[in-house]
Amino acid sequence: MSHHIVEAKNLEFTYPDNTHALLGISFRIRHGESVAIVGANGAGKSTLLLHLNGYLTPTSGQVRIGDFPLTKETLQEVRRTVGMVFQDPDDQLFMSTVYDDVAFGPLNLGLPIEEVDVRVLKALDTVGMTHLKDRPPHRLSSGQKRRVAFATVLSMSPDILVMDEPTANLDPQARRQLINLLSTFKHSKIFATHDLDMVMDLCERTIILHDGKIKADGPTSEIFQNERLLAESHLEKPFRLQGCPVCC
Amino acid sequence: MSRLETAFYDLGHLDLLAEKNTPIHRLDPRVKVVVTLLFILYVVSFDRYEVARLLPFFLFPAVLIGMADLPFGYLWRKLLLVSPFVLFIGIFNPFLDREILLQVGPLGISGGWISLLSILLRFILSVGAGLLLIATTGFPAICMSLEKLGAPKVFTVQLLMLYRYLFVLIEETIRMIRAYTLRSFAKKRIRYPVFRHLLGNLLLRTLDRAQRIHMAMLSRALTGEIRIARQFKFGPAELFSLAGCIVLLTFMRFADIAEFLGKLILETVT
Repeated sequence: MSHHIVEAKNLEFTYPDNTHALLGISFRIRHGESVAIVGANGAGKSTLLLHLNGYLTPTSGQVRIGDFPLTKETLQEVRRTVGMVFQDPDDQLFMSTVYDDVAFGPLNLGLPIEEVDVRVLKALDTVGMTHLKDRPPHRLSSGQKRRVAFATVLSMSPDILVMDEPTANLDPQARRQLINLLSTFKHSKIFATHDLDMVMDLCERTIILHDGKIKADGPTSEIFQNERLLAESHLEKPFRLQGCPVCC
Repeated sequence: MSRLETAFYDLGHLDLLAEKNTPIHRLDPRVKVVVTLLFILYVVSFDRYEVARLLPFFLFPAVLIGMADLPFGYLWRKLLLVSPFVLFIGIFNPFLDREILLQVGPLGISGGWISLLSILLRFILSVGAGLLLIATTGFPAICMSLEKLGAPKVFTVQLLMLYRYLFVLIEETIRMIRAYTLRSFAKKRIRYPVFRHLLGNLLLRTLDRAQRIHMAMLSRALTGEIRIARQFKFGPAELFSLAGCIVLLTFMRFADIAEFLGKLILETVT
């Protein structure tokens, strides 16, 4: 299948205050691929992600999602196709109960109520949060909030998942559970993250952004072995690849 | 812990109460909203010297607290918290209205005292009913039922968002005040110039968050209208309790139960 591709062609973006955030980004992500976008703070990761669902419009260049370019006309379709999970679940969960929040997307897509109900329960079941469906979001733990945030996106049945720091602020166990959950998803996945160990678990491909440009794009295993490249991009070898300080 | 923090956890407690599973909690929120509105309307519609006929209305909150398994002490403390405001509304009545309306032995009670008592009773009943509504239904469900009952959507959605982000905002404020307190040592109160900065900072953070929330809404295909899926069911239990409450409250409002009981007792004694 070719229709779940995400393609950026020579993407450039300048913020109104004249910060050049992206300087000619090009890549092509194929169906079912799992890709990490890593880089220093301010390298342009979040800006890039916001282009993938049309929140920001590139100054020049183009984004293609599936078979069509991202334009005003295709915006709604693209936003259904690309499920975006933001870094702070408090931003993502804006309705007053978990159920209503997960139902928000499907309702906007104009689905009938019965179908919405089916989708909401299925999405909550996938992330294992069905028992909390009537809770207000402010009474959930960070890990639970994160799972519900995923459910809010899954209920729209997207083909592509875009995630900004999915493992930030989670305790190690919640993080591991989330990684296990993500590994069961069959969607094309794009992560912006600093959690390189997670990248090793989930992504076969890594793109390094540095100062608004792509510094490297290749198999995760190769990129993480290149210490010079990592150091230049303000990164570090994942802990798992470093020698154990106790045994060595 | 600061007073703000205590109040914050207290607010969460009301939410917890609303999550209980009793026959009252399970009722369609619309029924509870309508009955509470009717109750308050009846209570405030009495004449200003009325005391005796207000008393039967205490039956309603008493039964609710019992059936919904709510902690009386907690709700009572909430009422006391607001009571000073109400007390000040009526505090001058005894001085302004000195006409003796009731003679108890040698003691003449003026109309002012009676109206003050009446105001206090009405306050306890109406604010108490509001508290009970929140404690048995939960704020979100009340907003949604208001919408189903025909309240403007702009209004209900605003209330829902307010309630959702009230907690986020308070937490943010608590963190800021905590950071301030830890570095301000002996000074107890926040100085005005600092307070101004804290407030400004909070506003900026709120604007940022609003933008991020809007972003999250857009990426979930927001079309400009916020839709809520919640379905309420109006079954036999709802019909029965709605009709029962309306009949009972209307009876208590228009029939003088206190006088009737008094007569009954007098007749049995004599």
